[in-house]
Amino acid sequence: MSGANGVTETREPMLELDEIHVYYGNIAAVKGLSLTVYPGEIVTLIGSNGAGKSTTLRAISGLLPVRRGTVTFQGRKLNGVADHEVVRRGIAHSPEGRRIFPKMTVDENLDMGAFLRKDKEGIAEDREMILELFPRLRERISQKAGTMSGGEQQMLAVGRAMMARPQLLLLDEPSMGLAPVLVDVIFETIVRIREQGTTVLLVEQNALAALEVADRAYVLESGSLKLHGPADELAEDQEIVSAYLGG
Amino acid sequence: MAATATSVVVPATIDRKAVFQRYATYAILFGVVVWLGVNLIHAPAQFFSAGAEGLNNGMLYALIALGYTLVYGIIELINFAHGDLFMLGALFSGFLLTTVMGQTTSTLLGWVLLLVTLVATMAFCGGVNVTLEFVAYRRLRRAPKLAPLITAVGMSFILQFIGLKWNGSTPQQWPTILPEGSFGFGGFEVDYSLLAVVAVTVPVLLLLKWVVTSTRQGKAMRAVAQDQDAARLMGVNVNRTISFTFLIGGALAGTAGVMYQQVVGTTAYNLGYQMGLIAFTSAVLGGIGNISGAVLGGLLIGVIQGFNDGLPYGFHQKWSQTVVFTILILLMVFKPEGLLGRPTTEKV
Repeated sequence: MSGANGVTETREPMLELDEIHVYYGNIAAVKGLSLTVYPGEIVTLIGSNGAGKSTTLRAISGLLPVRRGTVTFQGRKLNGVADHEVVRRGIAHSPEGRRIFPKMTVDENLDMGAFLRKDKEGIAEDREMILELFPRLRERISQKAGTMSGGEQQMLAVGRAMMARPQLLLLDEPSMGLAPVLVDVIFETIVRIREQGTTVLLVEQNALAALEVADRAYVLESGSLKLHGPADELAEDQEIVSAYLGG
Repeated sequence: MAATATSVVVPATIDRKAVFQRYATYAILFGVVVWLGVNLIHAPAQFFSAGAEGLNNGMLYALIALGYTLVYGIIELINFAHGDLFMLGALFSGFLLTTVMGQTTSTLLGWVLLLVTLVATMAFCGGVNVTLEFVAYRRLRRAPKLAPLITAVGMSFILQFIGLKWNGSTPQQWPTILPEGSFGFGGFEVDYSLLAVVAVTVPVLLLLKWVVTSTRQGKAMRAVAQDQDAARLMGVNVNRTISFTFLIGGALAGTAGVMYQQVVGTTAYNLGYQMGLIAFTSAVLGGIGNISGAVLGGLLIGVIQGFNDGLPYGFHQKWSQTVVFTILILLMVFKPEGLLGRPTTEKV
């Protein structure tokens, strides 16, 4: 956690994006983005609306094709890997807008998170761990997910992604639309998830909160990298805060 | 005072409409009960045989309706070719059991081979349905909704013409291996064929229920139906899941095909059009995309049709379709989401 830079630079990167270009139809949403995530880090991707943050995550998990450039995860290329195979490689994605299965119960949703896993004991363990992390989900365990509040759905979305026991967790706007109290809960949980050994790549509009928990940050502007560096330094730079972070 | 006056008037107008709707519903239900009651008292034997006949047809409608509803539930496509798939199933059943295996009477061997035919026809129709999806619908997955819809109409014509070549342009009679006649209890007669249809349909429906609720593929189906991208993120192979759904829908149409060919005994190349339209109506009546709804809708329409056609005081057969579609129109006006369908409440 401390001294994440310097030390991490010498380690093998977990995820490496090299000059990737991602398109929606003919419109380039991400233009030549390079980014590295080291094991054990919390890295945040910040920037204004439409900067290409969610697009980057969707490209990593294979929901969008990478037109140019390479995505490497744990030394293996991810380009061209089928979307449903990405989670098998160890990347789980809690998408923008939560996207829980509304007609399934909380329990069934968590179960879907472990869809590819066969180790029954491990699944039960992780389920228990997630219910410890989010006691609200335990109270709602047999409720249809679509009938829960936005905050509860967000917890479920994060918990469901955790059920894959990923090495890398992609979190897209986990604080969106939540009451301030719940925002704190979510960010505390992100720190605890990392303590359990999961690396986190976090996309946030709430940049200041994201910088508080992250080790390093990348600032995106219209699909390109604007700057990157240690999160605490970025958070202290008043010029950067007012220009890019709306602080 | 003015404020209270308006606040009283506004809900009153809303109430009046709701109250009217409720009493209209009661009046219709009351009329139906009186109609059934009069018939039951006047001709109890006819009442029960008409009901049994209706139940018989209703189970076939339910089996076909499931194919519409499963496919709609997962890719929001009304597969117009589905009725014609049922028709091909009926032809395949007759071809296999009678032409190839030469079974024309009710023997033990006949029953065993009927079971073989059932499984083979399920596989045949499932295979045809998967092929249709793979060849015609898959590449239109991201196209505007109208494109796959029109393609489905085209597929319907293709299957009908295959049926026309195979069956001939005139209806064809098949021998049945189901025993003729009926058995009586308490003065009422029930055809043996109803027993056969129940004996096949009920286990098939239970099997479907088990597949959808308890197996991995069933979970994948429900996940894809609710959110395709989220399902992908969980590691669900969406293409394979959609193929699986078409396989199941086709197998159910095949089951209905075998039953129809054995119970009714007459096949025609345009059989799928008539049966498919009523089965589709059943799926809509129950709430399209809802599995229990399709079964309920099919049984309801079958029984209503049976009563209408068979009761002494009814509109009789020539009004059969009019009655069915009138019910559909009334339901669409008062409860457009269908009997068991729910208005979607998904949060974004």
